Amino acid sequence: MNTQHMNHALKLDADKCIGCTHCIKVCPTEAIRVVNGKANVQAERCVDCGECVRACPYNAFYVDEDDWALKEQYKYRVALFPSVFIGQFARNHSQESIYGAILKLGFTHVYEVEQPIALLKEITKEYCADEEKTKPFISSYCPAVVRLIQLKFPSLTENIINIKAPHDLSANYIKRSLMNRGAKEDEIGIFYISPCVAKMAAVKNPIGEKQSIINGVLNMKEAYNRVMKVLETGEVEAVATDFMKRLTRDGVKWGLTTGESKHAKGKSMAIDGIHNVIKFLDRLENDEAPWLHFLEVRACDLSCAGGILLTGNRFLTDDRLRKRAQKFPAAGKVEDLQVTVDLDELRKKLYTDPIPPKPIMMLDTDMGRALEKLARARNIMCHLPGIDCGACGAPTCQALAEDMVQAKAKMSDCIFLQQTWQRQGKISAQKAFDNMENKWGKNRFMPDCNKKGAKNESL
Amino acid sequence: MQVKYQVEGGDFTSAGYASSQVKKLLKQLNVAPKVIKNVVVALYEAEVNIVAHAYRGVIEVELDPQKITLVLEDEGPGIPNIDLAMQEGFSTASPAVREMGFGAGMGLPNIKRNVDDMQLESQVDKGTRLTLIKFFNA
Ligand SMILES: Nc1ncnc2c1ncn2[C@@H]1O[C@H](COP(=O)(O)OP(=O)(O)O)[C@@H](O)[C@H]1O
Ligand code: SF4
Ligand SMILES: [Mg+2]
Repeated sequence: MNTQHMNHALKLDADKCIGCTHCIKVCPTEAIRVVNGKANVQAERCVDCGECVRACPYNAFYVDEDDWALKEQYKYRVALFPSVFIGQFARNHSQESIYGAILKLGFTHVYEVEQPIALLKEITKEYCADEEKTKPFISSYCPAVVRLIQLKFPSLTENIINIKAPHDLSANYIKRSLMNRGAKEDEIGIFYISPCVAKMAAVKNPIGEKQSIINGVLNMKEAYNRVMKVLETGEVEAVATDFMKRLTRDGVKWGLTTGESKHAKGKSMAIDGIHNVIKFLDRLENDEAPWLHFLEVRACDLSCAGGILLTGNRFLTDDRLRKRAQKFPAAGKVEDLQVTVDLDELRKKLYTDPIPPKPIMMLDTDMGRALEKLARARNIMCHLPGIDCGACGAPTCQALAEDMVQAKAKMSDCIFLQQTWQRQGKISAQKAFDNMENKWGKNRFMPDCNKKGAKNESL
Repeated sequence: MQVKYQVEGGDFTSAGYASSQVKKLLKQLNVAPKVIKNVVVALYEAEVNIVAHAYRGVIEVELDPQKITLVLEDEGPGIPNIDLAMQEGFSTASPAVREMGFGAGMGLPNIKRNVDDMQLESQVDKGTRLTLIKFFNA
C-alpha cells in the first residue's frame, strides 16, 4: 500500500485516492488541496473532525492504530472505551456478553470511560462557579472542537474549560485503583478504544503533558469487528457486571448530545455537528448570546454516537444507549469513588494549562502586507469564474485566489482561465494540457473502465 | 481597500450579512479579536437600524493598515432629534419590530461605545448617514 503520511492518526491511501475533490469541499477549515492528483491535508489546519473520511467515496482515508499485540507485555491489560461502543451492538448482544468477548480478546480488565463521571461533574461545577472566568464556559470534551476554536475562533480559547476529558480521568482512576490493589505501575497497560480521529490525536499528544497515561490507542471499528467475531462463535461467557459497578445513568449518556449540558447550572446549550458548531461559534463571538452560561459543543452529528469509527446507524446507537442508561442508578456519588483511590491526588491531575490560540485565517502577520494580499486576492477573483468546481485542487475559487497571493498556486491552475487563454491564443493547446497533467498526474485523463460507476467497476 | 454592501429595509433575515463578511476580512488582516468584536457589534447594530428604520441603504467599508472606516448611508425617514435618538432606551420601533427582538433603544449608544469615532447626520424625510471609525492598535 502506498501511504502518504499526514498529520495525526489520519492517513491517506494514495493508491485509492483519485483526487475526486469531495473531501476538499467538506473540510471545515479548508485544510485540503488536491496536489498531483491526490488529496493533501495541511497538518496545521486540520482539526481531526473526520469530515473528509465521511465524504470520501473511495475509502481512501484510513485511521492508524497501535499494534494489538502491544498489550501482551503487560500483566494487567485494560480495555478502556467510551459507552458508545456498547451502543453499536444490536440488542440481542447483552452488555455482559460484550464484556466477555473483550476479555476473550486478551484483556484482563474492561472499563467504560464514563465510570468515574461523578468526579468530573463535581470539578466542572466548581470550575464554572468562578465568577471571574470568561463566560460562557465552553466544554473541552470534544478535541476536534477545541482545535477548531484555536484555529478559527481564537478569541474564544479563553472560554474553554481547562479540565481534561473523561478518558484522562478514567485512565488515571483505573491506574490508581489497580495500584492500590497491589499492581505495579509498569505492569499496567491501558488501551483506549477510540471513537474518532480527534480523540486518538488527543490521547497521543495530551495538552500540557509530556507523556500520555494511555499505553496504546485502538481503532473502534477494528475493535467492533474483533468483538463481533468472538460473539458469532457463540462461545462467550457473559461476565458478571462487577466491572460496571460504578457506571451511572449520567455516565452512559455523557458522550451523547446534552450529556454534559443538562448538568450545568444556569442557561446551557448543546450543539452537535461541526458545521452547526461553526455557525453558532460565529454568533457567540459577536456576543449574540450574552445570557449563555455553559456550552456543550461536539464535532459529530449526535455527538460520539456519530463518531467516524463507529459502526452502524448513529440514531440507533443513541437510542440504545439512552435505553441502556435507564438500567443504572441516576448519578454516582463522589464518595463511592473514594473507596478505591485517593481523590485529592487524582483531582490535581485533572486540570490543563490554558488553551493557546493558533489563528490560521490571517494572510500575513504584518497588517499592511495582509491588506495588500487581501486586495490582490479580490482582484484575482474578478478573473476566476466563481463556480467553485474544485478542478484546480482548491475547495473554492476564493480559496484558490488566497493560495495564489500566498504563492501556493498559479492562475493557470484554473481550467476555465486556461480555456480562455487558449481561445485568445495566449497559450497552446499542448501547454494547457501539460498544465493539467502537472496538476492531476500523467495519463490521468485516459479512459479507465475500472473507475467507480464505469463499465468494469469492481469494488 | 474598499468594499460595498447593499441593505434592504425590512429584510431582517439578511441583517448581519455585512458584519459577518467584515469580520472575515478583519480576521484575514490579523486584527486583534477584541477590536474585531467591537467592529462587528457596531456594524451589526448599524445594519439593523437601516433594516428596521429606513427603506434602503449602502454600507461602504474602507480598510487601511491603521483603521477601518464604515459609512452607512440610507434613504429613509431620517432622525428628527439626534440627541434624543442617542439616549439609552429611546426607540421608535414598532411593536412588530419589538416582537422580533429588536428595538430596545440600545443600538446607537452601543455603537458609540464600540468605536473610536462616530458621526451621525440626518435629514428628515431624506435619510441618514452614519460614519464610524475604529483604529486597530487600540
Ligand atoms: N437609520 C435610521 N433611520 C431612521 N431612524 C433611525 C435610524 N437609526 C436610528 N434611528 C432612530 O433612532 C432610534 C434609536 O435607535 P437605536 O438606539 O438603534 O434603538 P432601536 O433601533 O432599538 O430603536 C430608533 O428607534 C429610530 O427612531
Ligand atoms: S463528537 Fe465525540 S466522536 Fe465526534 S469528534 Fe468529538 S469526541 Fe470524537
Ligand atoms: Mg437599533
